[in-house]
Amino acid sequence: MKIHEYQGKEILKRFGVPVPSGVAVLEGEDVREAAGRAWDALQRPVVVVKAQIHAGGRGKGGGVKLARSRAECQEHAAQIMGMQLVTHQTGPAGQQVRRLWIEQGCAIEHEYYAGLVLDRQTSRVTFMVSTEGGMEIEKVAEHTPEKILKEAIDPRTGFQAFQARRLAFGLGLAGEAHKAAVKTFLALARAYEATDASLFEINPLVSTQDGGVLALDAKVNFDDNALFRHKDYQELRDLAEEDPNEIEAAKWDLNYIKLDGEVGCMVNGAGLAMGTMDIIKHVGGEPANFLDVGGGANAERVEAGFHIILSDPNVKAILVNIFGGIVRCDSVAGGVIEAVKKVGLKVPVVVRLAGTNHEEAAEMLRSSGIDLIVAHDLQDAAVKVVNAARGN
Amino acid sequence: MSILLTKANKVIVQGFTGGEGSFHAEQMIAYGTTVVGGVTPGKGGTQHLGLPVFDTVRDAVRDTGADTSIIFVPPPFAADAILEAVEAGIRLLVTITEGIPVRDMIPVKEALNASGTVMIGPNCPGLITPGQAKLGILPGFIHSPGHVGVISRSGTLTYEAVGQLGARGIGQSTCVGIGGDPIIGSTFTDILKHFRNDPDTKGIVMIGEIGGSAEEEAAAYIAEHIKIPVVSFIAGQTAPPGRRMGHAGAIISGGKGTATEKMAALKAAGIHVAQNPADIGAMMAELLG
Repeated sequence: MKIHEYQGKEILKRFGVPVPSGVAVLEGEDVREAAGRAWDALQRPVVVVKAQIHAGGRGKGGGVKLARSRAECQEHAAQIMGMQLVTHQTGPAGQQVRRLWIEQGCAIEHEYYAGLVLDRQTSRVTFMVSTEGGMEIEKVAEHTPEKILKEAIDPRTGFQAFQARRLAFGLGLAGEAHKAAVKTFLALARAYEATDASLFEINPLVSTQDGGVLALDAKVNFDDNALFRHKDYQELRDLAEEDPNEIEAAKWDLNYIKLDGEVGCMVNGAGLAMGTMDIIKHVGGEPANFLDVGGGANAERVEAGFHIILSDPNVKAILVNIFGGIVRCDSVAGGVIEAVKKVGLKVPVVVRLAGTNHEEAAEMLRSSGIDLIVAHDLQDAAVKVVNAARGN
Repeated sequence: MSILLTKANKVIVQGFTGGEGSFHAEQMIAYGTTVVGGVTPGKGGTQHLGLPVFDTVRDAVRDTGADTSIIFVPPPFAADAILEAVEAGIRLLVTITEGIPVRDMIPVKEALNASGTVMIGPNCPGLITPGQAKLGILPGFIHSPGHVGVISRSGTLTYEAVGQLGARGIGQSTCVGIGGDPIIGSTFTDILKHFRNDPDTKGIVMIGEIGGSAEEEAAAYIAEHIKIPVVSFIAGQTAPPGRRMGHAGAIISGGKGTATEKMAALKAAGIHVAQNPADIGAMMAELLG
């Protein structure tokens, strides 16, 4: 689960991570008035107006601007709010800005990077820092890996002060800034553990001219599997940042991700769903979506799946690919027939059912009177659906 | 021959009396698995499916001699169930549960590393030695005894591969679904080590997916230690970066863990990589001659 920068900063602050003071402006407020009030409240010669969207690269896309006066602050806020912000993470369509964060500017001495993430190779959380703050850490890792310092967190003891010191010394910090950094690193590690985070990125973490450090940005992601013990995170969720079809799919316990192609797919199991997308591409088509209907592919969920797939106007044909193990193909076939009768056949539907009770299922599809295209294996299914999408 | 699992394994089911546990215990028994009882805290002393129920894994091990366990326990309680099995000396453990938080799995992995327990999963379909026993939720009837080992991060895609092998008369020694989570008990490499020691396994199908670097590590191991043919497929060639594709572990992050990278590493290690998932069975058939 992703949250906004300002929400992440509020959480980090509770754990003792120093962050700049700021004011959030939400959609629906009078932007100029709210920005003016923010300027008055922050009482700094410089403030920063920052677009809040769930994607990085906001600065380069024009979503982060410095303001040196009340009027300038209002001007930037009015301009950024509502803009379609395009970054390397949003795709070409961009994401509409619906929230702003206006925060105190500060006198930056140096920019660093700090992050925490699971190292899957060691199954431990790794604390990473770098002197190359403000850059994309992936690029630093690729070109100058020696500039990333790492400390693995031992689950038996947790992150230790000596590790925080080692990181701070590694960054070349001394004096007050060193002390502040050690404190901040310990706070970050505590926050990561307590919040069931899956990613922290503070980029940049800056040292300031008064000897402190500040988290100027905060990318905070939570582990979706741990949301059951953090009911309060629901308030942090911003549905405007999510695809409405993915929200609808989640209601039915379906896993849907929209893609750009023309062949819709409905598959049981994440691996087979990805494999189905791959084979569609392999035979010359483009998948329109990832959709895992999961173990209980009953009539209601199949119907919901059809609705969601068909809400994408690019879809020219649909492939239903089910390998029944515990799921019985005849019950899936029943679901497909019922769903098609209700939704109607707006585009050709190719059905491939293998595994438990597939023969009964094939007979049900044949005798249903619905004009479905039946495929006998994965290759056949992919070829048929791609041809159907081309109108052949 | 086979790896890890035969009829000789004495199996208990943790979460025995729940819906999932009951259903799959019956399926496993029907397949021929030696299920000797189960554990549901608070229901010790009762009977379920004609087998004894115990309050603790330790009790079950003491009274039945169980050496193997399978866990059907909801995510909030799954880490505890794993640690209980490890502490009781279970040798082979399968965790079916999907959705265990990473923070819970980190200390569990640490405990597993320090123990003699081999864990498969979590978020996996389990494993099967065709004709002998199944420990999991895989459909038994699609499998047939034979000489190809199968290892996979996915469930239904494994069934697809097994179906393709079966259609060509190729049976399997053991099929292992290692699970789709970022932290799992046994990696591809761990299972490859078992197959290497099984003289009856003449070929291996390895089905990976995007995310992490387990396939690359497996490729390095195969290049050095595995002399029999290996066919591989990597799911997610068309997956967009930054999105979790169903499985918690199936995500391309920071440009890492792409199918392209993995396929290149596998090819460089001399592994036969299928571009098309429909070719897995045919490629193995050709290699086995």
